[in-house]
Amino acid sequence: MATSTGAVLVELRNVAQRYGRGEKRFTAIEHINLSIREGEFVALLGPSGCGKSTLLRIITGLNRPSEGEVRYRGKPLNGVNPYATIVFQSFALFPWLTVEANVAVAMRARGVPAEQAHARAVELIDLVGLDGFEQAYPRELSGGMRQKVGIARALAANPELLCLDEPFSALDVLSAETLRGEVLELWTGGQLQIRAVLMVSHNIEEAIFMADRIVVMDKGPGRIIAEVPVTLPHPRDRKAEAFVALTDRVYGILMGQTQPEHVEFGTEPGQAGLTRALPAAEVTELAGLLEHVNSTPTERDDIYQLAEDLGLDFNNLQALIETAELLGFARVETGDLIITPLGETFADASILARKEIFASRLRRLPFFRWMLRMIEASGERSLRREVLLTALERDFPPGEAEQQLDIASKWGRYAELFGYDDAQGRFFLEEVATPA
Amino acid sequence: MTAPTRRGFTPTPPDRPRVTGADGIILLVVVGLLALGIWAGEFAPAEVRGPQISLSINALPFYALHSVGRMAAAYALSLVFTLIYGYIAAYNPRAERVLMPLLDVLQSVPILSFLPVVLLSLTAILPEGIAVELASIVLIFTSQVWNMTFAWYQSLTTVPRELREASGIFRFTRWRRLTTLEVPFGALALIWNSMMSWAGGWFFLMAAEIFTLGARDFRLPGLGAYLQTAANEENLAAIGYGIATLIIVIVLLDQLVWRPLLVWADRFKLEMIESDNPPQSWFYDLLQRAALKDAVAGVFALPGRMFDALMDRLLPLPRNVGASANSSFGVGWLFLGGVAVAALTGVVLGGRLLLQVSLDQWIGIGMGVGATFLRVVAALMIALLWTVPLGVYIGTQPRAAAVLQPLVQIVASIPATALFPVLVLALLAAPGGLNIAAVLLMLLGTQWYLLFNVIAGAAAIPQDLRYTTDLLQLSGWQRWRTLILPALFPYLITGMITASGGAWNASIVAEYVVFGGQAYQSIGVGAQITSATADGDYPRLLAATLAMVITVVMINRLVWRRLYRLAENVYRME
Repeated sequence: MATSTGAVLVELRNVAQRYGRGEKRFTAIEHINLSIREGEFVALLGPSGCGKSTLLRIITGLNRPSEGEVRYRGKPLNGVNPYATIVFQSFALFPWLTVEANVAVAMRARGVPAEQAHARAVELIDLVGLDGFEQAYPRELSGGMRQKVGIARALAANPELLCLDEPFSALDVLSAETLRGEVLELWTGGQLQIRAVLMVSHNIEEAIFMADRIVVMDKGPGRIIAEVPVTLPHPRDRKAEAFVALTDRVYGILMGQTQPEHVEFGTEPGQAGLTRALPAAEVTELAGLLEHVNSTPTERDDIYQLAEDLGLDFNNLQALIETAELLGFARVETGDLIITPLGETFADASILARKEIFASRLRRLPFFRWMLRMIEASGERSLRREVLLTALERDFPPGEAEQQLDIASKWGRYAELFGYDDAQGRFFLEEVATPA
Repeated sequence: MTAPTRRGFTPTPPDRPRVTGADGIILLVVVGLLALGIWAGEFAPAEVRGPQISLSINALPFYALHSVGRMAAAYALSLVFTLIYGYIAAYNPRAERVLMPLLDVLQSVPILSFLPVVLLSLTAILPEGIAVELASIVLIFTSQVWNMTFAWYQSLTTVPRELREASGIFRFTRWRRLTTLEVPFGALALIWNSMMSWAGGWFFLMAAEIFTLGARDFRLPGLGAYLQTAANEENLAAIGYGIATLIIVIVLLDQLVWRPLLVWADRFKLEMIESDNPPQSWFYDLLQRAALKDAVAGVFALPGRMFDALMDRLLPLPRNVGASANSSFGVGWLFLGGVAVAALTGVVLGGRLLLQVSLDQWIGIGMGVGATFLRVVAALMIALLWTVPLGVYIGTQPRAAAVLQPLVQIVASIPATALFPVLVLALLAAPGGLNIAAVLLMLLGTQWYLLFNVIAGAAAIPQDLRYTTDLLQLSGWQRWRTLILPALFPYLITGMITASGGAWNASIVAEYVVFGGQAYQSIGVGAQITSATADGDYPRLLAATLAMVITVVMINRLVWRRLYRLAENVYRME
């Protein structure tokens, strides 16, 4: 079913979603142009915060975009799309209903008579392989089985467009793998009414394994940066050369956006231009990553391999790599992470030396230059957290501003650039010589 | 009893620590309502005689039935009000901006100051018997409804996002969303709060069944009136019978209604794990076994479906999926109009009344607020002193909990007002007797909130932290300072917020007592309210009530909210 010549099902024209007003205005996604055709399995891939879930909610009509147009079969979408359903990441089952009632409720809500709905529910439960669990409650089931209920419920609504919102990311590795195969079977079997599938994912391999087309998104603000067709025949072999090559290519697209330094670093908060958001990375994990890469003989590592070796999920790894690049400890080239001499020094250094290196790198970042100046300029060389937070909220949406300040606080305290008194909520500059 | 979850037990105060302009408007609305009632009351009959209350033990079942009926009517009213008010507040942001602060102030209004107003205005328009009955129901309603409404509103706004989206994508009508998602999600919180509300209702029922307003003597056949009459006649045996009957009624309700409900509602827990020790109820098991159940279900199946179909029509597909999404309909404006009218009435009528209060009276009220404040502080301190050690003991020793919890629950559900006559009888002779009795009554009425919160807090201390303090060999005071007190802090604050509100309210009953036909009174704002009621001095009643409302709201905003936020930010266990 890898053809994309079918009729256009969903069409997005110049869609954007913005929140807030005035100075606190925040753009989740913008300039989104996308169409999904009949017969297509499309994956939306990107780091967390790139707005892929927002996009899914716009396509299904749960959210109305602040700009642009959504069309379904050529007609503008108004309200929730009656031809679409969602399989949710957290399953979103009603814990107080049995498996059968959870599936039947999707039909009852559409006016199907009770007897008919329950008969069909039993069929669907059978189809996803949960035969015998009709009267069980979701809390009695394993994660994988719960998601099967989620899938059966989605099918019960008899959708044309099946949306999967990171459906496998709350499952253990084995269940996820099994379920991926089963979903593909349902889809390629073609016995259902489903015309197209849209899957949100942050797992590159999963997207390549399942989709016919991968729409790659990036954040700040969320936008589409590439579309990669996948023409490999099903069932796909993860070890096949073409598969691996494609994986590396997508990793490269997601990681390898090296930009000139002023873009890379962004501007100081409060100034014109985009302030570079600090990636949510832990310093100890960063050190761990660099030590790992440093200990490999080639001093470079396939990012895709790294995720597996370190047991990190993609979002986490991406934040770490972004941090490493930001501080000049490593760079990304064609899907590989290459450690720089500075990164090697850092990985080999003692705790105190690491702090010094870290501090000197942080001082180069506009974000920290601004923070230090703010604290210094205040009277007692100490500054209330709220002051910084309020200032940051001009550049970041409220929740994000808080997160940014938390990251900055952790990094800065590690580097001993400044201290933070939690009880009083104040940042302060350390005295030059601290006794003992 | 398993310790109630925090979600189920106490509603979180909304996060608005500052006093805003909305509070001013709402105060005006309250003044307006009071003043309006007082104005209507001028048309009430000048003399009223209630029925004789028999102290015969044979009359007790009859009285008990009447009291329970009153409570049930008030509770039904509370439930309907809660569902509608909370729903509107959760789904209409414009209404929310008025409704939630209004609720916050209303729950700080001393309920008992409303009674004479409600009574008089009702007797002005209705036959006296019905008016008194209605007034007592309204009074009990106002003591039951606020925490339930808060809990329902809070649960509506905290429905997990994906469940909400699922109800949207699967095209649930508002009615289906309510019955499939929102009511089940809020069920546990609603039941816990209903239980609390019934306890609160008993407290005020005792005071609401018998009421003297100058030459007007209102009384209703009921347990409260029985106990009051027994106390007035200093009939100790009758007091004993009355209290025993009350305890039996409370235990029966607990066993036959609340416990089965809790067991039934255990399925509505959101947690995806099976609980270790689900609540038990013999009565529920009995009902489950009965063959009758299926027959009843069969009879109701078809009408149930027809009702669903009808309600699906009446409450169709929502325009928006989320709570507090922007919706616009005229009700908001209508409501705002009502608020404006009430506020205006408040300014005009209330202002006229307040101008009649003399400077001396204002000074008296001011001193009263101070004295009552000291009493509330004393009651809270005493409650803290004994509830913390006992609560920690019960909360950390499962075996002790198994024995003590049910006992504590029953003791806690005996309304303090029922015991008050006995207390007064014992203490009136002592020097400062009424002062001590007043503090004791406040204590009796409010210490349980603290105790239950301490138990819940102590039970929530993670086991590994306890092991750690053992390993560090922290003992005695150090252990309390580093582990127990910080861990309890949020729970203590939650408990004290409720307790202090209750204590202020109790001052109205506690500071002015008629006993054996004679009135005893101590200095306090509660005494001001009660004596103003007894004298029919409405300007002073309004002034004293207003003083109390403002004090309580200010204390809530300036002290408790801040402590609460501190507790949320610093001492939260996660």
